[in-house]
Amino acid sequence: MLKKISNIGDCGITCDFGDEVNKKTNKEVIKLFNFIQESVKSKKIKGILNYTPSYNKLIINFDLGEVKSKEVIEFIKKSDYSKINLSENNRTVEIPICYDEEFALDIKRLEKKIKLSFKEIVNEHLNTEFFVYMIGFIPGHPFMGDLEKRMQMDRLETPRVKLPKGSVGIVEKFCNIYTFESPGGWNIIGKTPLYLFDINKKDASMLSPGDTVKFKPITKKEVLSFKNE
Amino acid sequence: MSNYFKILRPGINSTFQDLGRFGLQHLGIPASGCMDKSLFFISNKLVGNKVSEGTLEFAYQGPLLELVGESAFLAVSGKVNFNIIKKNGETKQGKSNESFVISSGDKIDILSTINSVYGYLSILGGFKLKKIKGSVSTLVKAKIGPNNGEKLKSGEKIFFNKSNLRGKEKKFEFDFDKDNSIRVMKGLQFDYFSKKSQEDFFSKEYKVTKLTDRMGMRLEGKKLENIISKNIKSEGIIKGSIQIPGDGQPIVLLSDHPTIGGYPKIANVITADYDKLVQKTPELNLKFKLVDLNIAESAFQDYISRFNNF
Repeated sequence: MLKKISNIGDCGITCDFGDEVNKKTNKEVIKLFNFIQESVKSKKIKGILNYTPSYNKLIINFDLGEVKSKEVIEFIKKSDYSKINLSENNRTVEIPICYDEEFALDIKRLEKKIKLSFKEIVNEHLNTEFFVYMIGFIPGHPFMGDLEKRMQMDRLETPRVKLPKGSVGIVEKFCNIYTFESPGGWNIIGKTPLYLFDINKKDASMLSPGDTVKFKPITKKEVLSFKNE
Repeated sequence: MSNYFKILRPGINSTFQDLGRFGLQHLGIPASGCMDKSLFFISNKLVGNKVSEGTLEFAYQGPLLELVGESAFLAVSGKVNFNIIKKNGETKQGKSNESFVISSGDKIDILSTINSVYGYLSILGGFKLKKIKGSVSTLVKAKIGPNNGEKLKSGEKIFFNKSNLRGKEKKFEFDFDKDNSIRVMKGLQFDYFSKKSQEDFFSKEYKVTKLTDRMGMRLEGKKLENIISKNIKSEGIIKGSIQIPGDGQPIVLLSDHPTIGGYPKIANVITADYDKLVQKTPELNLKFKLVDLNIAESAFQDYISRFNNF
């Protein structure tokens, strides 16, 4: 439930759904996010510039020349966004992944640390239906969950300076995909050749907050011959 | 015949910018857009463009451009030291915040901004730029925008739209606000900081460091002590937020800010003072002043009324 709305400076508000990081809380955030996005598109509210969901908050940024925080807060308070059906707005996406040791930079260390075999790690990852909590850090980059307890690992103590594009990592109960070459501190278990972000496409990001992701295993050969549309 | 500028020297950080690219932050793309909206508006208004037309933003040292084709009606906004080098070699000093005409073969040499960071070059009719998701703003770190999302480079050409309108020469009396006080509102995690640090933040000076760009401005001063948690659950970011990482030194997040972040935020710069802030050069000492929403909103009215009447 929406617990609190506060101002962020004079051109933003935060809608706070409580301290828990879980799917239940995040789904409430995504409902409000979908509602705002829809309201902006259908021009039910003016002046909204950006609306950014995270685990437990939705942050809305507006143009002070068009609308003031009081009006935005009123608009949210009188709406019935909680009735929104998420499945109508969100999709399930299958993402190919290769767990070959060339790409799975941390899987050997993981085997020792969490005491699961390579096969168990892969199966656990493939059997998890991931929920996209939020996107950010770099364009199109998803934060997804939840991994089982036995798969959970801390961040690397020293982040890598450069990770190849498409690297798939895990930290705690989350899984991510580096959509661009980037520095990063996640434990890398594989790579997808699929480009998840292209600014020139109608939908620049393949994933959106609230989507569901399933991974599909492919071979190293398939990675090399993979063609992005 | 096509009209264009040949880039003889690109400048330090010259990019095309408009008001920004909106509605994509939830996909990891910040709005970007011009750093100093006042100057952006002024340069467009001086040449008679619509105020949202894409401009060339430069920082510190701007480009050296040679005009090829027909004459062009231009304006440079800010406090900028620049020269017009005529085809015959004659050099005359340019006047910023005034529109002017240059002819084919002339060069415009934007040498430096004066006691400020950003300036803008506008041309009547606008630059010929491809809009990406509704905007010509450039986000260099994600390679999004015209010119393949890159800064200007030597040897490239900048095309512009030919305008049949004849520009009317205009002037705008402009000066930067010299005082270094920046008005802020309390941030979402203001209570994460000790009483002492809350007081320090509003009474001590914070120095602008060289580690400042379109993404953020790092400040240096009395260390701010976090008494709750040095990290928060990552949440969406708004430009002007002042975050305090583990080392206790403030970072003001600017137009190309990360879309989400996990550091506590002590304060947010009010919209009316954002332009003033981004023009502050390294080594200057800033002082933050606490205001409430009412004051911020009325300050915004004063801020926009400066440009609406010219």
